[in-house]
Amino acid sequence: MPPLHPFSAESPVSTERPAGFGPVAPVAPRSAGRRVLDRLLARPGIGALFGVLVLAVFFGLQAPGLISSGGLATVLDIAAPLGIGGVAVALLLVAGQFDLSIGVVAVGSSLVTALLVTQLGLGIWPALLVSLLAALLVGAANGLLVVTTGLPSFLVTLATFLVLQGASLAGAAAIAGSSRITGLADAPGWESALAVFGATAQLGDGRFRISLLWWLLATVLTTWLLWRTRFGNAVFASGGASRAARELGVPVARTTVLLFLGTAAAGWLIGTLTLVRLGGVQVDPALGDEIEFIVVAVIGGCLLTGGYGSTVGAALGALLYAVAREGLSLADWDPRWFQAFLGMLLLVALLVNGVVRRRLRSVPRS
Amino acid sequence: MSTAAHLSAHGSPAPVLELRGVTVRFGSVPALSGVSLALRAGEVVCVLGENGSGKSTMVAVLSGLQQPAEGELLVDGRPERFRSPQQARACGIATVWQDLAIAPLMSVWRNFFLGAEPTRGLWPFRRLDVGRAEEITTRAMARVGVPGLDPGQAASALKAGERQSLAIARALHFGARALVIDEPTAPMTVAQRALVLQSVVAAREAGLAVLFVTHSPQHAHLVGDRFLLLGGGRVAGDLTREDVDVHDLTRLVAGGDELSRLGDSLRAAQRDR
Repeated sequence: MPPLHPFSAESPVSTERPAGFGPVAPVAPRSAGRRVLDRLLARPGIGALFGVLVLAVFFGLQAPGLISSGGLATVLDIAAPLGIGGVAVALLLVAGQFDLSIGVVAVGSSLVTALLVTQLGLGIWPALLVSLLAALLVGAANGLLVVTTGLPSFLVTLATFLVLQGASLAGAAAIAGSSRITGLADAPGWESALAVFGATAQLGDGRFRISLLWWLLATVLTTWLLWRTRFGNAVFASGGASRAARELGVPVARTTVLLFLGTAAAGWLIGTLTLVRLGGVQVDPALGDEIEFIVVAVIGGCLLTGGYGSTVGAALGALLYAVAREGLSLADWDPRWFQAFLGMLLLVALLVNGVVRRRLRSVPRS
Repeated sequence: MSTAAHLSAHGSPAPVLELRGVTVRFGSVPALSGVSLALRAGEVVCVLGENGSGKSTMVAVLSGLQQPAEGELLVDGRPERFRSPQQARACGIATVWQDLAIAPLMSVWRNFFLGAEPTRGLWPFRRLDVGRAEEITTRAMARVGVPGLDPGQAASALKAGERQSLAIARALHFGARALVIDEPTAPMTVAQRALVLQSVVAAREAGLAVLFVTHSPQHAHLVGDRFLLLGGGRVAGDLTREDVDVHDLTRLVAGGDELSRLGDSLRAAQRDR
């Protein structure tokens, strides 16, 4: 291509125009170099995978029961609901948003289901449909508030969290007279609901629950959405470069609202799985779940600043969490150490993510 | 190429892209007031003006990011209301944004097609056509002088010049009819500046209508057919290549407060002639 000299001294007044592009130069592939290693290291979630392996070996040596099928079943049982919420929150984090209300949506929607069944005598399935709609309504409110006001989603969903928490506790006490509602097993449709949300399978001495399949489904679905659809591209762009996204006409607002609907639906699924498993609901005034979903997503390699992360990583983060929790308990340590341990994990994950972010000059996969 | 410019200048078909009396306000402050502009096929219109003169707002209106409060935007003589840049791009109007509009953490091909990704399969299994996207990206990048680029690498791994090439290649790919170029303000080498000017010329030769927004009268004069001077959100001068040489243009642009007065006197002189 001929070089161009816009400031060449000879003819500043020239009416000659510079040439357009010359013929296409032949393609000369660049050397691969260390790209393979870099790609591997920069893949989000590789840290979580490494962590799972290290912890499994560590606790496996301390408490061999962890590696048995019984231990595995317990670990996966802890990980499944966390993973379902984790992958939904991971998508939201990639889009640069937060959701603190997912745990309370889980409790609130199962409370709605339980109240509809016990107080109004609805069948399980109609009640589940109504509570799903209620959960989606909360998600839509979160999303629309974030999009229209431009407020940080951390604060908006904190407000939603408080409103729903108070309303669930007071509502349960006012309507059912107790924070614990049971006796759903007699409702019409219970058998089929149990098959879909509560089935178990005995393998060896471990009882594996169907929540595992829901977790797997959620991970596969969100991974496909994130990497292989236009929606996923919009998610990445909304979080990583919102100005560029707007300039290119990426529907940032619609994407954000849809993601909040997604976390609300995930909350509903978690609540329903617990509801069917316990045959009732216990409204518990404890903050914690919603933080854990975010912790899991961050351990899985999501950047809090948005634009980067993976749902497979978040699922591995949930597994890591579960291995640590079950490992601590099987190794006969005081389970109260777990939270301190989780904090350490989070810190390590944040530091690793920082390193990865600096290495991003040679990113992952496409 | 000059014949094409002549034909369209002697008013055969309607301009590809036209603004009529467009006003844009941010709050109560008008960023553009009553601006009219016509972009014809095979013609380069350069927009010059100081910071805050409304250049970027004009780019935002033409590319569908900003809706005018008053006035209308016409495509091929038909009034259009772009509700998003996606619609403008679908009409064949592509933009090189001043900040290049590149998501650093996304791969090159994802950046290239962001907001207009090719897909295959039927809903709900509609998915990105990654192979085709990568192939088109590689070819388009080679066309603007960056051959052999791995389209799967992150945009943050590109050199500054390559990033700019990406923005230009993307605009040339999607701009079937009109190209809006807001000259990047990031520090550029001569070669990078040349690339911007080359893209202007290439688009003109391909018969596109080109709007080139720049700070530099020298750059404008190298490639422009017409020169639109903006000041305080108004058109302070609308000149052709025959009206001014690069020295006049430099003086006009550097004139600052005198800009509108000079523009007026120049137009008066033009009428006298």
